[in-house]
Amino acid sequence: MVAWHEYIQKDVPIPEWPYPIRYGHETEVKTDVLILGGGISGCHAAINARRQGVSVAVVEKGATKWSGSGGAGVDHWIAACTNPCSEVTPEEYTYVVMRSSGGYDCGPLRYVSCRESWDTLLDCERMGLQIRDVDNEFKGADFRDDRTKLLFAYDYKNRTTLRVYGHNVKPLLYREMKRLGVEIYDRVMVTSLLTDGGRQGSRVIGATGLNVRTGEFLIFKAKATVIATGLPGRIWWFSTELRSSFRDFNNVGDGCAIAWNAGAEFAKMEQSFGDSGALSYIEYAMGNSHNTWYGAPIVDARGKEVPWFDRDGKELETIAERFQPSPGQRLMLGLGERVPSDYENQVHSLAPDLPERIRKGEYVLPLYADLSRLPEQERRAIFGLMVGNEGKTRIPVYVTLTRAGFDPDKDMLQAPVMPPEAYQSMNYWAGMDVPHWRIWGGGGLVVNWDLKTNLDGLYAAGGAIFGSGAHSSAAASGRFVGRKAAASVRTAPEPVVDRGQVEREKARAYIPLKQNKHNIGWKELNAGICRIMQDHCGQFRSEQTLKAGLRLLKELRESEASMLYASTPHELGRALECHTIMTVGEIAMQASLARRASSMFLNFARLDYPTEDPPEWQRLTPIKLVEGRVVVSELPFNYHLLAPYAPDYQENYRLHGDL
Amino acid sequence: MERKVYMVPNPPTPNNAIEFDAGVCNGCNQCVEICRTDVLMPNPEKGKTPIVLYPDECWHCGCCIQECNRPGAISMVHPLNQSVVVSWKRRQTGEEFRLGMRNPPPPNTRPPSG
Repeated sequence: MVAWHEYIQKDVPIPEWPYPIRYGHETEVKTDVLILGGGISGCHAAINARRQGVSVAVVEKGATKWSGSGGAGVDHWIAACTNPCSEVTPEEYTYVVMRSSGGYDCGPLRYVSCRESWDTLLDCERMGLQIRDVDNEFKGADFRDDRTKLLFAYDYKNRTTLRVYGHNVKPLLYREMKRLGVEIYDRVMVTSLLTDGGRQGSRVIGATGLNVRTGEFLIFKAKATVIATGLPGRIWWFSTELRSSFRDFNNVGDGCAIAWNAGAEFAKMEQSFGDSGALSYIEYAMGNSHNTWYGAPIVDARGKEVPWFDRDGKELETIAERFQPSPGQRLMLGLGERVPSDYENQVHSLAPDLPERIRKGEYVLPLYADLSRLPEQERRAIFGLMVGNEGKTRIPVYVTLTRAGFDPDKDMLQAPVMPPEAYQSMNYWAGMDVPHWRIWGGGGLVVNWDLKTNLDGLYAAGGAIFGSGAHSSAAASGRFVGRKAAASVRTAPEPVVDRGQVEREKARAYIPLKQNKHNIGWKELNAGICRIMQDHCGQFRSEQTLKAGLRLLKELRESEASMLYASTPHELGRALECHTIMTVGEIAMQASLARRASSMFLNFARLDYPTEDPPEWQRLTPIKLVEGRVVVSELPFNYHLLAPYAPDYQENYRLHGDL
Repeated sequence: MERKVYMVPNPPTPNNAIEFDAGVCNGCNQCVEICRTDVLMPNPEKGKTPIVLYPDECWHCGCCIQECNRPGAISMVHPLNQSVVVSWKRRQTGEEFRLGMRNPPPPNTRPPSG
């Protein structure tokens, strides 16, 4: 008797909300460093700031112990260039990433990630995370270094991606934060940044928050603030009927919207990727040979194996070759960096003409991933280690499937049955893209070599920065920015909160509670905003469609959204998220208007400017609000290597990183 | 057949998302404390299993199960439109299985690596 409809049919009164209602009550918190978001980047930032001896508060909408997109685990740790077995320097790895991104990426973030990824993993090991094959389960395997007992993925020659046992990484980070005395404010969503004098563009001096269990209003005063709210979701599609979100359901871009309103500068907000959205499958629970399942043999309904090919179209003869670069290839970047695959960096793939071969009847659907064809250690590494530890796979896939009897030693896991073209990608669980259902690209805050934004007092880490990478990048950049934010506290002025700014935000935050409950609720509004984004900021965009989209969002704010109701503190949080989503959508549309050229690297198609990446548009087009107006500027790709910065990565890191 | 019929809204989708075994769960509410989206609410009756109030907001991450110290108290239920196609075939025998089948094969008890 645990589902709600069961409960209320047992002649019991409808229970009152289980948490004390504190609408309008205020709590004021003063701290040196304020971290907004308690996910992977936020936790590492908090730990490293606290280690500098300053006071640290973390604000998290969910529960820090497990929340965030990386909260349910991690199985591979990327860009660990300084691990003792790596054959790639941080400089070379950064160069490859920046080149493969066409330049549309954040040099400081990438370099910091490469420099500190391994050190950050060692931090995690000291907290109790297993990062080595201490049980010697994989002794002698191609992907194991027998001296250090480290395990590698993808490119076994260059060894920059580590396989790790990360299912419990978040509780370990949480325990370390508690041990160090980090103040944690769970169930609090941030609603705005506070600025000096309440002015847009001036120093950030803290934030306001709303407790989504009690409705209490919180005012945080801080000398340094770090945006660590990850990547926005629920922007282009939203359906709780079909499927949950890819990233943490709570991630809608709160940090993005509040920083925008405060006058912070963003880049790459016009980028998005195609997405199957609500039509995709349980992550990694379907036969595939991508990412965590990289290297898995794929067979057809009759047991015929699909061959693998290298980048030059040469068929691979052995399984071992799948994990070695092609002849003449310097390195395979692996999967998960969110960088376009190209000739230089690509991993191997299944027959590129597989869709055609399926049409001709050479391969009969359904396809299966047949791990039993792999050597025992490779099979165990994929299903036992990686699926056993990856985010959202330990319980949802490993435990669920094995309890139902699945045995990778004997069984072949079926791939989705899809139109033949869908088998072009090896990532079968992701289904087939619905072109105008997009997923967030690399848009985020522009930062300098301190990972500081254009606003004094405001820093960023992980997915909040433009061009961000994966779990390890969030962790490493959090580690770095925690030190930088802490160091800035020494010279930062005492924050003086503008009461008028607080009052305005407080009034805004509680509006949905005062509305008639006959009005629209948050779920319908979320889906409605998504419809505008699908139509007007989807796969194809033009000045007319974007401007019409901005007009629709503005109208929505003035009509349905202004009458949005909330019945509980929980719904109030979700209602405020809808306003966040509208702001994030507006930024994406403004950024799309600002780039009057299409871009292959940005997955950005302007119908009215179809030429891809013309030379004059090979630059960043940062946007921000100045006195309420959108201002677009120009930033060269290598802005981080031009004056006032040093001309190379190492020197900038030496000047800014080693405190 | 129930004699008393109430006016109730249609079931939310997914219907359950999370299943509790009332014989194992002791109502400690630790899962309630860590669920990122507050899918679970404490039962007004102390010691009883939590109420699944917002199954539609479940992220299906399984953290509640990782957090629970009473194995078997909580299990995950994927939405049917997702789970119904999770299927596999035994290579040697050609037997076909699927998640949620009526007569499932015996569980594979091998734990994850590490």
